[in-house]
Amino acid sequence: MKAIDTARRAVLRRGALVLGFSLLPAAARAEFNAMGLPPLANPRLAGSLKNTPLLDAWIRVAPDGRVTVCSGKVELGTGLRTALMQIALEQLELAPADIRFIGGDTALTPNEGFTAGSHSVADSGSALLHASAQVAALLREGAAAQWKTAADTVSLRAGRAVAMDGRSMHYGEALRGLRAPGLHRIARESSPLRDPARYRLIGKPVPRVDIPAKVSGGAAYVQDMRLPGMLHARVVRPPRPGARLAQVDLDAVWRLPGVRKVVRDGSYLAVLAEDEWPAITAMNALAASARWEGGAPLPLPQDIHATLQGLRAEDIVILQRGRPRMTPGAGVQARHTKQYVMHGSIGPSCAVGRLADGVLTVWTHTQGVFPLRAALAELVNMPLDKVRCIHTEGAGCYGQNGADDVAADAALLACAVPGVPVRVQLMRDQENLWEPYAPAMVTSVHAQLDARGRIDQWQYELWSGSHNERPGNAGKLVPAWLLAQPILPSPSLPMPQPEGGGDRNAIPLYDIPNARVVNHFLPVTPLRTSAMRSLGAHLNIVTIESTLDQLAALAGADPVRFRLDHLASQPRARAVVERAAERFGWNADAQPVPHRGRGFGFGQYKNLMAYVAIAVDIAYDPDLHRVRILRVACAADCGQVVNPDGARNQLEGAIIQSASWTLHEQLRYGPDGIASIDWSSYPILRFSGVPERIEVDLLDRPGQPFLGVAEAAQGPMAAALANALAQATGVRRFQLPLLG
Amino acid sequence: MTTSVTINGRPCALRADPATPLLYVLRNELRLNGAKFGCGMGQCGACTVILDGKPVFSCVTPLGALEGRSVRTVEGLGSAERPGRLQAAFIKHQAAQCGYCIAGMLTRAQALLERNPHPTEREIRSHMEPNLCRCGTHHRILAAIREAARGDAA
Repeated sequence: MKAIDTARRAVLRRGALVLGFSLLPAAARAEFNAMGLPPLANPRLAGSLKNTPLLDAWIRVAPDGRVTVCSGKVELGTGLRTALMQIALEQLELAPADIRFIGGDTALTPNEGFTAGSHSVADSGSALLHASAQVAALLREGAAAQWKTAADTVSLRAGRAVAMDGRSMHYGEALRGLRAPGLHRIARESSPLRDPARYRLIGKPVPRVDIPAKVSGGAAYVQDMRLPGMLHARVVRPPRPGARLAQVDLDAVWRLPGVRKVVRDGSYLAVLAEDEWPAITAMNALAASARWEGGAPLPLPQDIHATLQGLRAEDIVILQRGRPRMTPGAGVQARHTKQYVMHGSIGPSCAVGRLADGVLTVWTHTQGVFPLRAALAELVNMPLDKVRCIHTEGAGCYGQNGADDVAADAALLACAVPGVPVRVQLMRDQENLWEPYAPAMVTSVHAQLDARGRIDQWQYELWSGSHNERPGNAGKLVPAWLLAQPILPSPSLPMPQPEGGGDRNAIPLYDIPNARVVNHFLPVTPLRTSAMRSLGAHLNIVTIESTLDQLAALAGADPVRFRLDHLASQPRARAVVERAAERFGWNADAQPVPHRGRGFGFGQYKNLMAYVAIAVDIAYDPDLHRVRILRVACAADCGQVVNPDGARNQLEGAIIQSASWTLHEQLRYGPDGIASIDWSSYPILRFSGVPERIEVDLLDRPGQPFLGVAEAAQGPMAAALANALAQATGVRRFQLPLLG
Repeated sequence: MTTSVTINGRPCALRADPATPLLYVLRNELRLNGAKFGCGMGQCGACTVILDGKPVFSCVTPLGALEGRSVRTVEGLGSAERPGRLQAAFIKHQAAQCGYCIAGMLTRAQALLERNPHPTEREIRSHMEPNLCRCGTHHRILAAIREAARGDAA
């Protein structure tokens, strides 16, 4: 990992970034861009072992036998920590309470880039599955050598290696019997994996290890950290992007009670105080005395989609199949749009920083401690090995929220008061005004049937800004823009297929002989945007599935039947479609009821990961222009299920969150800036609006690869709602939010 | 000058300036993690605590208004080792994702169950309306509250 660090440091040196990226091979550039991963060491290894093949990077056994499991992926509130423990401990014959688990610490864990894209169980879980199986074999081998017996006569039980005659030793002792002791060895390409039929932890609803602390006020979040002598900091951000600080009265704020320091660097403003409320009071005084100039005017929401389609685009043909050519005939032509949407974390972003003994430590709820460390090192001009980022949970982020920005605040402010820990949390309006939003998007589709009523032609285009503005260079962090010597963001790059960014799920999974799909990637758009759960898949699946329903109507076919007829080569897709329809009680002959609508939506996330099909039943109130979601039936296939209750929890949450985005959510903005400063100017679904019933069926696939599930329901739920609303109102809506 | 408030059954003489919102007194002077900063405007409920039996937003409740009154936080309902009935129901139903809103959900629901031990589904949903969850854990939260209301949770 040392070699990788050196390379990254060279790449990320201030000012050298653009050149640095262009010198990387295309594959490496794509990896850094999409997931922040180090280069491949051996592509034939499982999951993230490909990048980090040393066994002791993942599993460590202390001389006294105690086991530590490490992952570069972090707990974002999805239950990942528990799921990874289940996988790692399956063959080590230990329980979660027996071990130490470390997730995301640049000093201690593998670099697995970002915890994003529903990759974590597939990447880190697969690595841990294989690493732990190999470690278990080494433990048996080491014990057997000491007992002068065959390794296959040794079993592992409750943290001990046990011989047939009952003798036993702990894991630390067992390892001493290996010819080359220890686990500092490269993983092999094949692992002695347990038969999935015999799993005792994988596939079981193991209770989450983090929930007891969360329901009882235990220290569970970075917000809860209290280091000795810690100061509380608050920042003052400009009122709108691009505004510069013209004037401010620092002295008046210095004199306020409890204030220890006021920081100004160009347009960057912050205050440090002995306690939190005095810090907030001082922040308000600082903000009141600040005068700002300039700033980039924003377009009006009603103009944004035309604006996007007029911007400079990088046009990427991501699919060209058969002979795409439109003829006069029965077909569907439509343009769908989506407004900017906010991550809307319930807890504004927070970080704690400390500069001590020449090392800057930042506790952060970032999704990527390693990429963030590189950006922070550049920001504060310190060597990479003198900066450490330790993941500490925050509120759910669902993508890139203010976490990385506030980590930059913590780094800058910790450097302003060496030796003193600093906790900084954003205020609600700061989180809302400065988070990188989910991009506004436009899609355009033109599809035609053949004479037999099958889809024959499909032409699809989409326009979207960047779904990935993660660090990256230091310029990807808001505080870096505000300094007297600002650092500008490195250029925005499209995320390549097959996963894609704006074009995620833009290629329909359905059998269509002639198709062309074009991604118009917009490197510069009016608002800062980045990753939010499912990226472009949300609008792309809405567009595809709305079009499928309209084509089915033209063909005189039932929408579910029509989908199945176009999924002949996709047995797992058919299985979830059939299961959701069956669970819902989908009846092709059902007569429409006024103001009631049922709708169906399907997608395989990225055409690579979990398969999800959803049917919904809604009631529309035309007087109040309101939707009640009466019922949601969901079927999902995420390969081998690790924790069925955890997977259900994610799917239920995704269904509710997607319903909120799809029906209601849109950022308010205008020439004066962003107006969605709080929950009344950015309403999200409350208890009264959540579906009355949600049923989730998991189609378990024992022994199949893990497929990420956390983001897979966003598109199908949105599509099912769009189709149900079209039926309930008799009018199809092509704009998200549907009730906007 | 101090303000006398009973916190989780224990009398406390609190030193913070009376204008300080209760949230910051709980989190910093008393080092209690349960109540969370979410919006500072009483719009999300992450900071909910029970004041003399009623759920309130601690982020907009100044300390000076609490002289002689009684406040309970999620810490007062039980611990990770010995969870109270409602906490046990939340654990049983795994009623959390990120969990940042959960302490506020618990305190608001607890206040309901103490006033109305057997609420209807409609009463539960309408009582919980002020509290936001972004992860979409609503159904599990409702299930946990229903279970605690039935009285058959551990």
